[in-house]
Amino acid sequence: MKAPDFDYLRPETLAEAMDMLSRHGEDGAIIAGGQSLLPLLNFRLAGPERLIDIGRLAALKQIVDGDGFVEIGALVRHCDLASSEAVARAFPLLRQAVGHIAHPAVRHRGTIGGSLAMADPAAELGACCLALEAEMSLQSVRGQRWVRAVDFFAGIYETALAPDEILTAVRLPRRGPDSVQIFSEVARRRGDFAIAGLALVADNHMANPRLALLGVADRPILAEKTMALLANNMAAADQAIELIGNEIDPAEDPAYPPAYRRQLVRTLLRRTLMELLP
Amino acid sequence: MKTLRISLTVNGEVVEREVPARLNLVDFLRHDLGFTGSHVGCEQGACGACTVLVDGETVRGCLLLAVQADGCKVETIEIMEFEDLRAAFHRLNALQCGFCTPGMLLSAQELLQAKPKPSRAEIREYLSGNFCRCTGYQAIVDAVEAVARARGG
Ligand SMILES: Cc1cc2nc3c(=O)[nH]c(=O)nc-3n(C[C@H](O)[C@H](O)[C@H](O)COP(=O)(O)OP(=O)(O)OC[C@H]3O[C@@H](n4cnc5c(N)ncnc54)[C@H](O)[C@@H]3O)c2cc1C
Ligand code: FES
Ligand code: FES
Repeated sequence: MKAPDFDYLRPETLAEAMDMLSRHGEDGAIIAGGQSLLPLLNFRLAGPERLIDIGRLAALKQIVDGDGFVEIGALVRHCDLASSEAVARAFPLLRQAVGHIAHPAVRHRGTIGGSLAMADPAAELGACCLALEAEMSLQSVRGQRWVRAVDFFAGIYETALAPDEILTAVRLPRRGPDSVQIFSEVARRRGDFAIAGLALVADNHMANPRLALLGVADRPILAEKTMALLANNMAAADQAIELIGNEIDPAEDPAYPPAYRRQLVRTLLRRTLMELLP
Repeated sequence: MKTLRISLTVNGEVVEREVPARLNLVDFLRHDLGFTGSHVGCEQGACGACTVLVDGETVRGCLLLAVQADGCKVETIEIMEFEDLRAAFHRLNALQCGFCTPGMLLSAQELLQAKPKPSRAEIREYLSGNFCRCTGYQAIVDAVEAVARARGG
């Protein structure tokens, strides 16, 4: 099908974009890469009065290799994330994960901000942000606020973003030199959204492990019980593999019953921990 | 209908047009400019039939508005010069109906430029976003592999 009629605005600066959103936030939609929004428009599952194209805001395209953190602008594309040396050094998890997102042509347009704002429960980057303790910068004419990833995701396609707010950047605290970061998922075909996925981030010898899961709930979640069991205790690996499947509560799904997803998540954790064996 | 004036380079020529805001790039190329080499399949980003180059990179022509391409450089299969790839597809039966072929060729060329000597698995992965309902893919992978070898990759 074809997209419904809408008006199109293209702000040149962030200030202009925020101003437009303060006036049109309720009946307008931000378009970044358009890789999630255009399918929705083409199928008429969305019908905004106007699109506000933030795609030219250069300020949102930076990756800042900061002291103690890396800040990724909302308009950094999946392909930029894959090729950034700063990202590869500090967050190998992101490079691993981004290879699972869609296909090259989609990665040339899709952005990290768009993926996070879309909040698909099976999106790779949401789970990575949760595992890496990211903070999101939300800006509007009312000011700027920082929201932790755990508080940002609010449900299927729902986030903490107010209608007049723009997600401008994601800030990731640097990990120690011995940081362990492993991403894995299972999808039917290369590039499809995952049935389930797992991101592990830990310090040396499984200190402070964080296990984020995608595709098993209405948003990316942390497997907190399994994290507590595994902390400084690789000997509990077998128990942890069992526990992580029990800990989650996947929804009924005719294609993939809950028991199947529980087992998938156990398999993903087993594969992940195997990689850590000496 | 809301329209806007855009100016962009398509296949080497500057084009200026008044277009509806909602018009996507592949429809603009096909209907307004007559470049019918890029095809329209799913209109949801899944099949890759609409693949074109924007500023030198493959994109989904169905997931980009013509107005978003304002000021950009757009290239389609019509001006692509990789006769060896085209010939290999022909020789090795890498197409039947040809609907997917323009997208396949553009994606394959992009891969070979970035990685002159891809493995078969890498070829399959790079082309995973381009669907072919006819060939079963084997012959397509053969053709890309043959060109990689012939180019000395
Ligand atoms: C064939 C196909 C396969 C895909 N497979 C995967 C996959 O396996 N995994 C995956 O994670 N994704 C997948 N995607 C989605 C892809 O990652 C999108 O690029 C991404 O979800 C959206 O990014 P975008 O920049 O294109 O956002 P857009 O489509 O422009 O926007 C998406 C939503 O976010 C809002 N938005 C965008 N940017 C901002 C911002 N800065 N502030 C506030 N709101 C904003 C928009 O209003 C809209 O509601 C796939 C897409 C396609 C077409
Ligand atoms: S028509 Fe664009 S991907 Fe299918
Ligand atoms: S040759 Fe017919 S779809 Fe590929």
